[in-house]
Parts: sequence; structure tokens; C-alpha cells
Amino acid sequence: MSINLLKFRVLKDKSARGIMLILTGLSLFILVAMGAGLYWKSTTILSDQSLWKLLSSSEWSPMKGEFGFFSFIAGSIYVTVLSVLIALPISLLTALYVTENAKAWVKKLLFPVLDILAGIPPVVYGVWGTLVIVPWIADSVGPKFVEYTNGYTVLAGGIVLSIMIIPLLVSLFVEIFSTVSKDYKDASASLGATRWQTSRFIVLRKALPGIIAAIVLAISRAFGETLAVLMVCGNVINIPRNLFEGCYPLPALIANNYGEMLSLPLYESALMFAALVLFVIIFIFNLLSRILLQEVEKQFKL
Amino acid sequence: MKFKFIEEKFFHFLMLAATLCVFAFFGSILWTIITNGMKAMNWEMISQVPGGGFYLGKDGGILNAIVGSLYIVGGSTVLGLLISIPVVFFMNVYLKKKSKLAYLTRLSFDVLFGIPSIVYGAFAFTIMIFFGLKTSLLGGIIVVTFLIIPIFIRSMDEVAQSVSKDLLDATYSLGATKLETGKVIIRQIAPGIATATLLSIGRAIGDAAGVMFTAGFTDSIPTSLTQPAATLPLSVFFQLSSPIPEVRERAYAAALLLTIIVLIISIISRFIMHKFSKNKIK
Repeated sequence: MSINLLKFRVLKDKSARGIMLILTGLSLFILVAMGAGLYWKSTTILSDQSLWKLLSSSEWSPMKGEFGFFSFIAGSIYVTVLSVLIALPISLLTALYVTENAKAWVKKLLFPVLDILAGIPPVVYGVWGTLVIVPWIADSVGPKFVEYTNGYTVLAGGIVLSIMIIPLLVSLFVEIFSTVSKDYKDASASLGATRWQTSRFIVLRKALPGIIAAIVLAISRAFGETLAVLMVCGNVINIPRNLFEGCYPLPALIANNYGEMLSLPLYESALMFAALVLFVIIFIFNLLSRILLQEVEKQFKL
Repeated sequence: MKFKFIEEKFFHFLMLAATLCVFAFFGSILWTIITNGMKAMNWEMISQVPGGGFYLGKDGGILNAIVGSLYIVGGSTVLGLLISIPVVFFMNVYLKKKSKLAYLTRLSFDVLFGIPSIVYGAFAFTIMIFFGLKTSLLGGIIVVTFLIIPIFIRSMDEVAQSVSKDLLDATYSLGATKLETGKVIIRQIAPGIATATLLSIGRAIGDAAGVMFTAGFTDSIPTSLTQPAATLPLSVFFQLSSPIPEVRERAYAAALLLTIIVLIISIISRFIMHKFSKNKIK
């Protein structure tokens, strides 16, 4: 082989390395740019009003320059917490059933179903919510608890969201549960424990850090979900006092007002501030859960 | 009977119930979308653009949204692949297993994966205003590309990490440069690339919050990158908010179309996972 060809190959290798390094660097830069860009856009409103006032006030009238995000944040928190409360027991029990009890054909059926559920677009969940969940709440559930509800409620948002995060939770739980060593389970069984006792005292306890990480991840997913929730939660600006009132989560606020905001610089800045709040909360939650999950993985790889 | 056996029975029942619940949700969603979507589903729906008075229940279809979605998905998938394959290759071949840069990159893409599309949309919107751009096909393609890059990289990286180190060493010992091992690696991760692509297409076609800001909506088929483009999810969303029943039924039909596309993608990716892993060396 001639020296020139060798040099050319090495040169090609070196330059490819450079290009790839730049691409990697640039794609890493997206995250930084996103945070910085949203912060930069929010400075207008942050210099006009204090951070504390923006987050704690519930006065919202953009035309008068009142931007209190509290009712939107409360709406987001209500819907998110409700969805996790509904999804958690179902996902835990399903994952336990699949890993500890179920026959092979159940697994073969369940995993494709979860895949499809995870792939169905939010807008389809929204359509389903308005066709099934909203009328169900308005006609059957609501009247038992409150005098009147139109169905577009915190409860509807919570239910639709919970179904959207179940596939994520179940697949994470199944992965985490299957890392629990079989020796422990065998030891527990040989001591006369039933399957449930083994699940309860061995599997769940061993998997606890992983379970927490998965929940944190699910929370951040639910917190940022936009369209499906927007379609069923009513979009009324108030702090809900019960499950049968409408609410207005943060992502819905941004999505509904993106057209109008251009007219007022302060309004635009306020909506970008809402996006920044979403970004920061989800960034922190994601980071936490990823680091936790990595620790769990390391522990089991030893 | 001892308490523990009653307890066992009880919880076994609960687990079964929970699993059935998941199947029931799945069935309910499919059933609702199919039964409601079939009413307005016809050839006109998928072969024509909205005519005059379409949003009042008159003639026309949603071809504008179908084509717009295809353009955005096609463009962003190609761009996404072009960016993410080199990044995955770089992380797995040029960087060492315990490299700080690789760790940081993986962590950031994990975090980016969790950032909701509305935030991507809002961010892209500020950039577009900054450069004085209007809502356009190009804007939509770019924001969806950003959105799917983390999916591409995470799922391809998972496959690439499992490529055996011996195989790499064998190519090096034959005198290959790191770049040239790419020919071997690409064959190993080909099924991974295919499934990652399908996963990304699924996410890209279903995204609404991101393109709402950037691609806009229009009744005509875009003929250049600078024109706004309609997308299927937004077409569902806008028609659903109409008070006219005929228009709402078209929204259900569009939702059915979207669901069918997602189902087909899911089936193909399962098929690929089973069939095309023949070049894989364990």
C-alpha cells in the first residue's frame, strides 16, 4: 500500500472525527440554547414583575398587564398528580403480574398493546377523551358528587393523562422488576412465602429506587403533555376546588394563546415565561430520575 | 384457610384486574376511534383538499393535512438520520466507554427526550421571530427534527452499545481506521436504525404542539418550503372544535387515519425486529 493512500485514509478518519465532534457538540447545544433562549425572552416580564408575584398571584388579565400564573400551575399540578395516582397502582400491579405471575402468551399480547398505546398520538387520546370520558363524567359520575358538571374537568384530564403514562410506567417497571435477582425470590419462596408476599417484601422493596425514578419520569411526562389535556380539561381559569371543575394547565395556556400573544410584548414574554417554567421543572425532574435510574442500573450490574 | 392465602388470592385478582384494565383502555380507544371514524371516512376525505365551505360541512377532504404531514415527517426523518447517525457513531467508536463527553451527551439526550413538544415549539417560535420568519413548512421540519433527534440517538445508541468489542478489535487488527469500522457497525445496528426510524416517524406524525407554532395551518398543499403547511393532528384538533356535527365527524375520520398509520408503523417495526437481525453477531 502506498504511503499516500494510508495518509489519505488517516486524514479522512481525522476529518470525520472532527465533523462528528462538531455535530455532537451542536446537538448538545440545543439543550443550553433552549434554556437560554426562553430565559432571554422572559426577561421582559421578569424585569416588570417579581418572580414571586408571577408564580403566586392568580390574577390573569393580559390586557391590564396582570400576569399571575398560580391558577395555571395549580391546574397542571392537579391534573398531573391525579394522573399519577390513577396510573401508579394499575401499572405496578400490571408489571408485577407480567413479571411474576403471568403466562408467556399474556406477555406476548401485552407488550405490543403497550407499544401501540405509547405510539398513539396525543390528539387521538384527546378525541377519545371527548367522546368517552367527558360524557361519562357529565352523565354518570359527576351527578353523584356535584350538582352540575359539563364533563370537561380535572378528572377527565387526569384519566386521559393516566392512560397516556401507563405504557411508560409499565415498561419501566417490568425492566426494573426483572433486574431483581431470582435467588432472592427463590429464597423467599423456600421460606414459605406466597407469590404476593415475595412480590411485596422482596421485589417491590428491592426495586424501590427504580420505582421512584420511574414515577418522577412519568410526572415530568404528564406535566408537559399539551393537546390531549387541553381538549378535555375545560380551559377555564380557576383554582379547582374539586375534581369536577375545569382547570387550565400551563401547556394549554401556551398552546391556546400563541396567536394572540404577538400583539403585546409583555404578553409574549409572559407566555415564554410559562414555557420556561415548564422547561425548568421538567429539566430538573428528568435529570433527577435519569441519574437515579443510572445508579439503579449500576447497582444491579455488579 | 390461612390469611396469607386469602391475601394471595386477593392480590392475584387485583393484578389480573389491572392488566385487564390496560387491555380494556386499549380496546375502548380503538373501538371508539374506529366506530366514530368510519362514518365520515371515504375516498373524498383522503383525496381532496378542503373545498369552499369545508369547515361548514361542505365538500372536500383533508389531503392538505395528509401531504403536509408527509412532507414534515419525511423531511425531519431524513435530517434527523443525517445528524444522529454520526453522533451515535462518534459516541460508540471514537469515544471511550467511560468518557465524560459520552456520559454528558447521553444524559442530555435523555433529558431532551423528556422535554415536551410545546416547549420545543415555543423555543423554535422565538427563533423564527428573531430571524423574521413566518410559519412555514421549513419551520415545521426543523422543530420536528429537533424533537426526534433524541429518540433517534437514544434508541440507536442502545443497539450500538451492544455491538461486541471483539468485532471492533477484529476490524482494527485488519488495519481499518475507526471511520472504516463504520461499514461493519452499520450492518450490526441496521435493525436498530430501522426501528428507531419508525419510532421517530410515529412521534413526528403525531406531534401537534410543536408544529402548531411553527408550521401553521393552511387549506392548500404547500409548494415551497416557505409556505405554511397543515398537519393531520392539527386538522383533527381544529375540526373537532367546530359546532357542526359533519365537521366533527371528519375530525374523527382524520383521527382514525392517524391511528391506522400508527398501527401500521408499529406492525412493521415488530416485523423488522424479528426478520432483519440476521447479520447480528452476538
